[in-house]
Amino acid sequence: MVRSRTATTIRVAASYVVLIVFAVIALYPVWQIVNISLRPADRLLSTSLELIPDQASFRNYVDLFTERPFFTWLLNSTFVALVVTATGVALASMAGYAFSRYSFIGKKFGLLSLLVTQMFPATMLLLPMYIMLVQLHLINTYIGIVVMYSATALPFCIWQMKGYYDTIPPSLEEAGRIDGASQSQIFFRIILPLAAPALVITALFSFMASWTEYVVAAQILQDTELWTLPLGLKSFESNMGSEWGLYGAASVIVTIPVVVLFLSLSRWLVSGLTLGSVKG
Amino acid sequence: MNLSPRTRHRLYLFFLVAPTFVILFGVVIYPFFYNVILSLSNMSLRHIRDWQIIGFGQYVKVFTEPSQPDFYMVFGKTIIWTVVNVVCHVVIGVFLALVLNQKEIKGKWLFRAILVLPWAVPQLIVALTWRGMFNYEYGSINLMLTQWLGVEGVQWLRQPLEAFIAVIVTNVWLGFPFMMVIALGALQSIPHDLYEAADIDGARWYHKLWHITVPLIRPVMVPAITLGTIWTFNNLNIVWLVSNAGEPSDQTHLLVSFVYKAAFNFYRYGYGAALSMVIFAILLVFSLSFMRRSKATDNVYS
Repeated sequence: MVRSRTATTIRVAASYVVLIVFAVIALYPVWQIVNISLRPADRLLSTSLELIPDQASFRNYVDLFTERPFFTWLLNSTFVALVVTATGVALASMAGYAFSRYSFIGKKFGLLSLLVTQMFPATMLLLPMYIMLVQLHLINTYIGIVVMYSATALPFCIWQMKGYYDTIPPSLEEAGRIDGASQSQIFFRIILPLAAPALVITALFSFMASWTEYVVAAQILQDTELWTLPLGLKSFESNMGSEWGLYGAASVIVTIPVVVLFLSLSRWLVSGLTLGSVKG
Repeated sequence: MNLSPRTRHRLYLFFLVAPTFVILFGVVIYPFFYNVILSLSNMSLRHIRDWQIIGFGQYVKVFTEPSQPDFYMVFGKTIIWTVVNVVCHVVIGVFLALVLNQKEIKGKWLFRAILVLPWAVPQLIVALTWRGMFNYEYGSINLMLTQWLGVEGVQWLRQPLEAFIAVIVTNVWLGFPFMMVIALGALQSIPHDLYEAADIDGARWYHKLWHITVPLIRPVMVPAITLGTIWTFNNLNIVWLVSNAGEPSDQTHLLVSFVYKAAFNFYRYGYGAALSMVIFAILLVFSLSFMRRSKATDNVYS
């Protein structure tokens, strides 16, 4: 008995060591961003490994809003991300429901094609759509970028919603029907509230897919006033040295909302993702 | 309006499905076929209006054109990249999930929150920050090597092999939390009495791991691994941003970044479309054979 107790103690101690080592690995690069953002202009390129730089200041944060169009980019990104999220949630919640509950012509093909889109390399949709947008004169507009983002996020979201609806027993709808509820009442009053966790995941996914997307935005948005955050961030980064501090500060501001959303929703994340994948 | 229940049902169904089909058609099916046509054409910046169908010439070019870098090199690298990443993601992720899932561990939520961070931080910022950390003079990786270990710093981003390692390290870092979260979810659904029964039978930990844990998390992990493999194979962000579009001199490309560069930096639309088709075919064959072999995803097809 004594021996097994020491064995347990060793196991638990080793577990904590493992967890702490990985926690440091996970945290260090994130802290690095904060560290860069606090560096004063003359210490951007420092060779010290201090966790908080000498003469740390919030100067970079102030400069971001006073000297640069950062606020415009922030508004642009927020607008784009919210439109994409709203589109994603609305369409995925309806389509997923139809795919889960009803049979119709083209259902199998539709489901399979949703799955297959996950295997498209980025250029497969980007290139034809880029040429289409050029021909429709939609380059340098938000319509172009919102369509692109919704298009890339939707298949996964529909799949996810369908998987979740599959776990809701159809007897609930029958009960509603017997009570005389109409089809839309059943959908909005009974099913949607039950599917809240999946809706949350869908919203999070669409938001994250658009909030900091770079490669598509780089092709479509050309005017600095139309830029979204990632384009601005990249422009600071390419001037490493002179604007490295601005890059850090901007990154912190961009990252905080996502991390907060992510962590506060992570309880649903597990159930949503595993159910989605188990039930297909 | 007085409609029969049957018509009403049809209208309702139409209302639910029609937007999706319109969108699927507009953003998936139409671009896909457009891509097929492009891949058979000679469209490029020079032939943007007067392009024409030229047959399979672009596909022949993909496989035979002596390009710099070479297609087969890039293909091989992409395979190495995918295998190394997915193996590391799954091994680290499942391992951490097992450690975290022990009942004696306190402060689970805190560890979980910290360990999920790499997934939560936007990929763009992950990539650019790691690029900074790999900087030769001022990056913290080299600073640690020289100041703590007394080793010479490494020219991470200026040599093909080192740059490739840098890209992989970045991607391993950001990818393990996804597998950890999935594995944690799967572990929590295993009934506890199974382990107690095994304890009574005197099973060792590796017996329990191999005969209870692995088979029971398998149905959840297999689809996650399939998806993870596809996402890794197709991950353009990390390689593009960490290596700054393939530096040094286009030696760090994966297939996706190679085709992105051909299409958007060199305006070779037909060639890019053909290469996209090739990548898609590779992934389709892989996924179908992988999912068919693992029965766990049977209901994906139903």
